[in-house]
This record gives sequence, C-alpha cells and structure tokens, in this order.
Amino acid sequence: MYDFLTGPMLWLTFAVSFGGLLVRAVMYVKGLSWQLDRVAYRPNMKYGIRGGIRSIVAFIIPFKARLWQTRPGFTLIFFAFHIGLLVTPIFLAAHNVMLQNAFGFSLPALPTGVADGLAWICLVGGLFLILRRIAFPEVRIITTFYDYLLLVISVMPFITGLIARYEMGDYNFWLAAHILSGEIWLLALPFTKLSHVVLFFMSRMQLGMDYGIKRGGMKGTDMAW
Amino acid sequence: MPEGKFCNKTPINTEEQLKATLGDKGGKQYYEEMNQLDVDSDKLWASIQKTMKSRTKTWLEICAHCGLCAESCFLYQVNGRVPEQVPSYKIQSTLGVMVKKKGKVDNAFMQMCMETAWSKCTCCNRCGMYCPLGIDMGVMFSYLRGLLYSQGFVPWELKIGSGMHRVYRAQMDVTTEDWVETCEWMAEENEEDWPGLEIPVDKVGADIMYTCNAREPKHYPEDIAEAAILFHVAGENWTVPSEGWEQTSLSMFAGDWECCKDNVLNVYAALERLKPKRAIGTECGHAHRATVIEGPYWAGRPDGQPPVPYIHYVEWLAEALRTGKLKIDPTKRIKEPVTLQDSCNYVRNQGLKDVTREILSYIVEPGYFVEMAPNKEHNYCCGGGGGFNGIGKYREQRNVALRKKMEQILDTGCKLVIAPCHNCWDAIRDLEEEYKIGIRWSFLKPLVIGMLDVPKHLLPPEE
Ligand code: SF4
Ligand code: SF4
Ligand code: SF4
Repeated sequence: MYDFLTGPMLWLTFAVSFGGLLVRAVMYVKGLSWQLDRVAYRPNMKYGIRGGIRSIVAFIIPFKARLWQTRPGFTLIFFAFHIGLLVTPIFLAAHNVMLQNAFGFSLPALPTGVADGLAWICLVGGLFLILRRIAFPEVRIITTFYDYLLLVISVMPFITGLIARYEMGDYNFWLAAHILSGEIWLLALPFTKLSHVVLFFMSRMQLGMDYGIKRGGMKGTDMAW
Repeated sequence: MPEGKFCNKTPINTEEQLKATLGDKGGKQYYEEMNQLDVDSDKLWASIQKTMKSRTKTWLEICAHCGLCAESCFLYQVNGRVPEQVPSYKIQSTLGVMVKKKGKVDNAFMQMCMETAWSKCTCCNRCGMYCPLGIDMGVMFSYLRGLLYSQGFVPWELKIGSGMHRVYRAQMDVTTEDWVETCEWMAEENEEDWPGLEIPVDKVGADIMYTCNAREPKHYPEDIAEAAILFHVAGENWTVPSEGWEQTSLSMFAGDWECCKDNVLNVYAALERLKPKRAIGTECGHAHRATVIEGPYWAGRPDGQPPVPYIHYVEWLAEALRTGKLKIDPTKRIKEPVTLQDSCNYVRNQGLKDVTREILSYIVEPGYFVEMAPNKEHNYCCGGGGGFNGIGKYREQRNVALRKKMEQILDTGCKLVIAPCHNCWDAIRDLEEEYKIGIRWSFLKPLVIGMLDVPKHLLPPEE
C-alpha cells in the first residue's frame, strides 16, 4: 500500500495535478477576448504587465492592499492559513527525504518545531475559516456544502499528518491516510475551486491589466489597490 | 403569451414605437406584459456560450465565498447590511444560477434578475477593488444586463432610453436640427456679455471637437453656453459636430450592446469627418465611459483608443488653468468649505483622480477643500449610477442608496458639493430634494466662469 501510494500513485497525482493546473492557466489566457473584456491586451502589453504585477503584489503581501488593511484580523488568519498550507508540505523534512530518495536532491528543510507550528496554524486557521462561515450572515449566505468540503480536503493532510507525527494510534495507518489525503488534495486542485492556486494569479493579472491599460494606468495614475 | 405590445424582445427602432411606449405612463402595461413574457432559453444559453469568456467564467467558479466584498458595496451598507446585498450573493444568485441552469430559467427568475441588476448594483466597480481574487461584480452585472435586455427583461425607462438612442442617436429626443438651433440660440443669447462668442458647428480641422450629453441641449442649454464661454476666453479653436455630438449612451446601462456600437460609431464618424486634433467631452462620467473607455471596444478599435485623443472636461480645464489659458482672480476663489464628488466613471474607470484636485487648487482658497472619506478610487457611488437615477420602479431603493453620499457629505460639513458628472449631479440634487440637508451643488463650468480673470479685450465695451 505504502509503496503504491508513494510510487505510481504519487507520480500520477503529480502529473494530473500540475498538468491540469497548467492546462487551466493556458485555457484562461486563450479564453480572454480583448473586445468582450474591453482590454486591449496586446497593443498595450507594457502597461498591462505593469498593472498586472502591481495588482498581484498588492494582494500577496499582507496588509498591502486596502482590503487587507480594513480587516486586520481576517488578514492574519488568511495569510497564516495560506502560508502554512503552501510552505509546510514543500519544506517539510520528511517530504524532502522522499525527494532525496527519488531524485537525489532536496530542498532546505524546516526545523521540526517550525513545521509543527505551521501545521497547527493551518489547522486553527482552517477552523476559524469554518467558524466565520457559520457566524457571519454575509458569509453564511454564500457558503455552500462544497465550500466546507474543500476546506476539509485542504486541512485533512494536516490532521492526518499531525496524528502520524505524534504517533497517536497506528502509525502506518495514519501515514497512509496522510499520503492519501495529500494526494486527494493535489488531485482536487485542477478540478475544483482550489484551482485558484493558479487562477488567482490569472484573474488578478487580468484585472490588473485592465486597470493598467484603460482604467488609469495609461493616464499615469496607478490605482491604490 | 410570449411577447407583449411594449414588453418584448424587440428593441425600439422607430419613432412610432417609441412614442407608443412612452405613452404607457410609468410602464404600467409594460410591466403587466412582462409577467407573461416567455424566456427563450435556447437563445439565452447560446448567447452565454458565445459571449461568456474565461474572465467571467473563472470569476463565477473561483469566488471563494469569503464575503470580503460585502462591506465594499455601498448598497450593502445602506440597506442594513442584509446578506442579500452581498455582491457575491447578488451575482451568484442571478448570473451564476442562469449559467448553472444553462439558460433554463423562468419568468419569475428573470424578473428577480432584473430587479437585482438594476436596483441592487450601480455598476460602480467598487467591489472589484476589494475582492482578493479580482472579481469585479460591476463588470459582471453589466454583462447580465445585456443578457436580460436581449430577453426583454429591462426596466421600462431603459428600454425607452436605448430606443431614444436607436431613433435619435441621443438619450433624449433631440434631433440634429434641435441641437444646431440650440447652439445658435446659446451663442446669440450670450453674445452681448461675451463679444465674439461663437459656437462653430462642423468646422473642419479645429483643435477641439466638443461633445456633450443630450440633457444639455434638452434641459440645461446654459451648460453649452458655459462651455463656449470658457473655450472662448481660453482662445481655443473649437467646434461641435452637427451629427455625432451626443456622447452618452444609456444603452450601455440598458445592456443594448448593438445600440452602444451604433452610437459610438456615430461620434467617431464625426471625428473622422471634422478631423479635429482632439476631442473633449462634457462634465459627465457616464458619457466619458461610453465614448472613451468602453466605446473603442464596441467600435472594434484594436488599440482600445478613440480615433483621436479624447479627454474628459476636467482634463481640459486642468490644462487650461495650468497653462494660463484661463486665469482665476484670486479674490473670487471659493472661500467656504467645499467637497468633491469623484465620479466612478472617470475616476475608478480611468484614473482621473488628480486632475480634479488640481483644478480645485486653483479655484478654492487654500484650506477650504474638504475631502470625502473614502475618496478617489475608493469613493462610493453617488447612489444613482448605472441608470438607477432614472428608473421609476426602483425610486424607493434609489432613495435609500442616496444615504451613503448623504452621510459622506454631512461628515465633511460642507454645504457646497462640486460634481463634475451629470449623473452624480442629478443624484446630489435628488438627495437634497429627498433629505433636505441644506446643500448646494455645482458643475465646474459655472464656478470657474464666476471667478475668471477675463482679459479686457474680451469684455463688452463699456458704455
Ligand atoms: S470577495 Fe471576491 S472571492 Fe470573496 S466572496 Fe466576494 S467576490 Fe467572492
Ligand atoms: S459594482 Fe458597486 S454597486 Fe455593484 S455590487 Fe459592486 S460595489 Fe455594489
Ligand atoms: S453616478 Fe456617479 S457616482 Fe454613481 S456610479 Fe455613476 S459615476 Fe459613480
């Protein structure tokens, strides 16, 4: 089981997940229409790229965009959650051992304490995100079962990973569950709303280009996002 | 019954139809007929498939349902923060459902969409600045309006509005003759005070071609006179076209895309005919958006620009003051607290936030200009945007919407509001009518004329 999950299954998962995300990014660009979107992308590429980058930067840096400043509490939870979600799996020592075995190279590994901390932050962050969906009417009204499901899919690898890490219960079982849930998460990326891992950049880039080209950029006034 | 006499899927194309529809006071019969109007699901789905591109598709799909856009919408704020006013909810429950059901929706659903699209969103594009994923509901609601219009689900006034544009190529029944006469009349009327004042029609090769909003010849012709006076004092070589002078597009807010294109091509044709160095549009945000920001795309101009540089009135005015073409008598500057309404249609949609403030630096005594909060690209809609001002059916909702601007103005403590946008100007007038907070409002033109330092030779000879 372990061998299958970390062997063929893992490769298949990577291929589908990263391949799928790539396809989505390409489809996004192909599906743009300068006339219907009302953005002259090509002739004003320079303004567009500039606006696009400004727009992405404003939203990936905590507290940079006006939105992040207006909601400090949410911003903290949001960034902690996302940073944990991205950084932990990539720089976790155990994952790097696998990388080393498979490819003969590895990335710098996080000290165990930090990795643990990040995983916990992720869990707690996820919990808060679920709670605010229930607590706030303006979020409740747009929340669907699907939103909860995706949150569960996203934190499952952390739950199972932490159980395995603290060796509660049957280590091998939890390890397999951890790997499987991680793979489910990866597989879900291109096919669900989790595709925002790449589509966030596409959408932000696009709106940034819009602002950079016709909504101010060419008039020499940058929007203060 | 599929199609009614007034409420149907066919746009108004003749004067006769237009008059008949206008004769249906308040759209009484129109809205009754709407209750029977069938939805052509196949056509609806076909047009969604053809026109919904990756941007809108992606936005609908990846909206994180995080609710961060809620507070960004002034309509959410003034309507007691009911969850039904959350931007994401508004679009998901309308366009989102329409797409999910592949156009298989019924009359009641379409009427709900109509109400949402025209009374719960002014297409002010503010929420787009606050969504982490860059989802702009204003853009999507404009799109939804197009779908609704094509199925006949559009408020009565806007059906008429786009009909006006189709029949007269103006948002009101101003014909070419009416327009030219108004120009002549205004020139004559003011000749005595401003010797040599002219409103040259169809002059080829002028430096400036000036265009305006049909409500000027129709209801405030003095606005045209004021533009003429300022061009005259500034020594500009300018003209107005006899055809293609109307740069607004109610069809843009009605969702009548075909008509939008026809109108803007009419203005561009005037540019090609008269070959001015550049064009200047009046103090109207909506007109500017239609002719300069969106227009080039309707017309299919790949560079996204009008045929000649086309600027908003505030840009010209700032330039004229900066270069000294117009001089202000410092003793006549505004010496009372004054605030400025940023029009979404040229501030958030084209970044013209600093030029207006530059103008104020010339005409307001230092220390008297008070900013609204928030302002510039973070400003709130005046409350009447996107056609909201004109729709009788949603008058009550519009009056609620005005409250945000009212609060903002009251917070500044100013009694004078400068609104260089027709629609904002109207909304602020209505706001005073409705809530009586004791304010005055003005375009820039009359204010500037009142404080000009006019060179002697332009003044009437003394008796
Ligand atoms: S802020 Fe953006 S992602 Fe969040 S609910 Fe609103 S539209 Fe959706
Ligand atoms: S475009 Fe403006 S009015 Fe419409 S939902 Fe967004 S913020 Fe509200
Ligand atoms: S009416 Fe004025 S404030 Fe309202 S959306 Fe239009 S431009 Fe903005």
